[in-house]
Amino acid sequence: MAGAKNHDYHILPPDIWPLIGAISGLTFTTGMVLFMHPEWSSVGHLVLGLGIAGIIATMFGWFSKIVNEAHSGDHTPIVQLHMRYGMILFIASEVMFFVGWFWSWFDFALFPAALTYDEAAGLWTNIAGQDGEAAARIFPNAGIHVLDAFDLPLLNTLILLCSGTTVTWAHHSLIHGDRDGLKKGLWLTVALGALFTAIQAYEYGHAPFGFGGVAYSSAFYMATGFHGFHVLVGTIFLAVCLRRAYKGHFTPKQHFGFEAAAWYWHFVDVVWLFLFVVVYVWGGWGAPIH
Amino acid sequence: MATTADTFQAHTDEHHHDADHKPGFFVRWFMSTNHKDIGTLYLIFAIFAGIIGGAFSGMMRMELAEPGIQYLHTFATWFGAENPTMDQALHTWNVLITAHGLIMVFFMVMPAIIGGFGNWFVPLMIGAPDMAFPRMNNISFWLTVAGFCSLLASAFVPGGTGLGAGVGWTVYAPLSTTGSVGPAMDFAIFSLHLAGAGSILGATNFITTIFNMRAPGMTLHKMPLFVWSVLVTAFLLLLALPVLAAAITMLLTDRNFGTTFFDAAGGGDPILYQHLFWFFGHPEVYIMILPAFGIISQIISTFSRKPVFGYLGMAYAMVAIGVVGFIVWAHHMYTVGMDVNTKMYFTAATMVIAVPTGIKIFSWIATMWGGSIEFKSPMVWAIGFIFLFTVGGVTGVYLANGGIDNNVHDTYFVVAHFHYVLSLGAVTGLFAGFYYWFPKMSGKMHSEFLAHLHFWIFFVGVNLIFFPQHFLGLNGMPRRIPDYPEAFAYWNGISTLGYEITVVSVLVWFVNIAYAYTMGKKAEGNYWGEGATTLEWTLSSPPPFHQFETLPVIEDKDHH
Repeated sequence: MAGAKNHDYHILPPDIWPLIGAISGLTFTTGMVLFMHPEWSSVGHLVLGLGIAGIIATMFGWFSKIVNEAHSGDHTPIVQLHMRYGMILFIASEVMFFVGWFWSWFDFALFPAALTYDEAAGLWTNIAGQDGEAAARIFPNAGIHVLDAFDLPLLNTLILLCSGTTVTWAHHSLIHGDRDGLKKGLWLTVALGALFTAIQAYEYGHAPFGFGGVAYSSAFYMATGFHGFHVLVGTIFLAVCLRRAYKGHFTPKQHFGFEAAAWYWHFVDVVWLFLFVVVYVWGGWGAPIH
Repeated sequence: MATTADTFQAHTDEHHHDADHKPGFFVRWFMSTNHKDIGTLYLIFAIFAGIIGGAFSGMMRMELAEPGIQYLHTFATWFGAENPTMDQALHTWNVLITAHGLIMVFFMVMPAIIGGFGNWFVPLMIGAPDMAFPRMNNISFWLTVAGFCSLLASAFVPGGTGLGAGVGWTVYAPLSTTGSVGPAMDFAIFSLHLAGAGSILGATNFITTIFNMRAPGMTLHKMPLFVWSVLVTAFLLLLALPVLAAAITMLLTDRNFGTTFFDAAGGGDPILYQHLFWFFGHPEVYIMILPAFGIISQIISTFSRKPVFGYLGMAYAMVAIGVVGFIVWAHHMYTVGMDVNTKMYFTAATMVIAVPTGIKIFSWIATMWGGSIEFKSPMVWAIGFIFLFTVGGVTGVYLANGGIDNNVHDTYFVVAHFHYVLSLGAVTGLFAGFYYWFPKMSGKMHSEFLAHLHFWIFFVGVNLIFFPQHFLGLNGMPRRIPDYPEAFAYWNGISTLGYEITVVSVLVWFVNIAYAYTMGKKAEGNYWGEGATTLEWTLSSPPPFHQFETLPVIEDKDHH
């Protein structure tokens, strides 16, 4: 008994990636500070790039190890259960992150500030305490022309919902040992994800309001922007699964990497549904449409 | 505990088998995947950060010892300012209160109580060989260190009026946006991003470990209360920290990219920041105190030689505190101009928390009632905890009243209140846990005499610091201001004297650690005797590098 592992848990050897990851994180944030203060330092881009490269390298090195450990049989049923818990909890924390952004949106929409807009100067003025204050308390704020929710945003909603079905198709194919169906379903999901991102980028490029300057656009871009970033991450996650499908990594019994990607994708999808309803449809209600 | 403990004792006494083979220095301490080593790293880091945070309080108490501005110009030069103006010197005051708060909360109490004791004893107490995600455990620690580096860096770069981020630990806008130009504030914000990411990963790890890795037979309702406390704490971290992350990201974009989340001129709302911050901030104070509750429960039970009174009530009281803790946040904001109905709701909801907290206090007392009490050092600290925490708890009920808070908001009364629950509550809990478990972790016994001496000097010192602050606050002395009228001089002088006494107690603590490592007796597996019934006492001191290679089995008749 002495010295022999007599349980199904995964006892790991020492690993350098956590240290590299943390140093990369610090490099990234330091790079961001320098990047945001060009008057103070000129090497921001360099440090920022180094940090991002370190983070990507850490993820690649770390996750490759996890894949290798899965293949060498370290992922016993209990260890797989750990990963399920870990992923669910991670998604729970992500939900709370979006709660913060929705909170700001509801604050601005339900308790709008008294803003007037000077079209010629492109400037907003807060007229709280002055004549006409009540009439100026509208949301979207004065001067904002909103995107038509039932134009591209609706199309994007359909695209994401559709991608939810294709990833489920891939999952069912995987469970039934149909690798061809798995690849087709994943290809379609990745393509739909990329299409969503492209349409979102197009819409940002053609939006009738800029990034900052007013509450509506601040909350709009940060909420939809963080969602867009999550779509990008989810698409990469699914693309990695696609590559792993070609390499034959998944079996009908053990394929948690795929499931985690699918859960993440559904989470991203649900956040979009809330964004569509709350930000695009309800949040833009009554405002002139672009 | 009549588990298969005897078998473990037998096999852990063999010191030369493979499981006890430790890697070399760099690999062991920089690449660790071992929960005990990572716990040790957290504890050492927390002591280091605590010394820095404590030095900042010393600088503040020096300045406050007498009316007028005495030392702030000198302190400003320490951070690199040349011939500081009065404004820059006063800015240094803001930097001190900011750094003190952030360091003590994020880099002392949390790393020590969750990262240190949680990492060490959650796996041991549930009979697990390690944490669920040992590699992620390590990045949680190093991200905390990275966050600390970012915060330290902020003190030496421009932050608006002077060097460093001077905004208070709450980082309220607009002081933290338009009021603090320069990179210092951004460094401080990213410090919270980094430490927060580490804590979220750590929380995921603890929840997964506690749900999935309990030894066969250890149901949730047989789990030691310390493990319960860490479980609830981990949920609070998981759900509260991401909201802070969103809020401080809004600060960043407001500062650097032209958004107007907190800028009323662009339709934003400065109060929104306070809501988002305190939605995190209130659970955060329970994050700091709940694990201390868990430690105190273990200690009171051990040294009364009784199972804790009302075990289930104790466990679910912590769950209740955790849940209700999420819906009371605006009691930190009574003076922002919220309407009376909202104040009434937050007053009532806040007072509700006194009920589960009272359950805990009374159950600790009931545990001691009729027990055969031994006044060993951890027990003395634990009883001190109950006394000091209760003082802070009572002023908490008082402050919960929206009407009363109008008069004492942002005064030293509030400072006294939260230091009684945290500095004298959470920190006393930390020292109690330290003396309870230090021999288990190090294998060396500390000196009981020095531990008692440490307690009594500390007890006198901290009460002298903080009790007079109640008087100062009730008389209207505002917090976060480095100068005051002559009338407040007496109690401020006493308070600074208390700080000096507390420093002496900390020196006694260091002497005690040195004593343990040089002259301390070798600690047995269970050096507290029959009252100590949880699984860590079935192992050697220190436990083997990898413990429980055959999982212990908890039998039905065992109590928790």
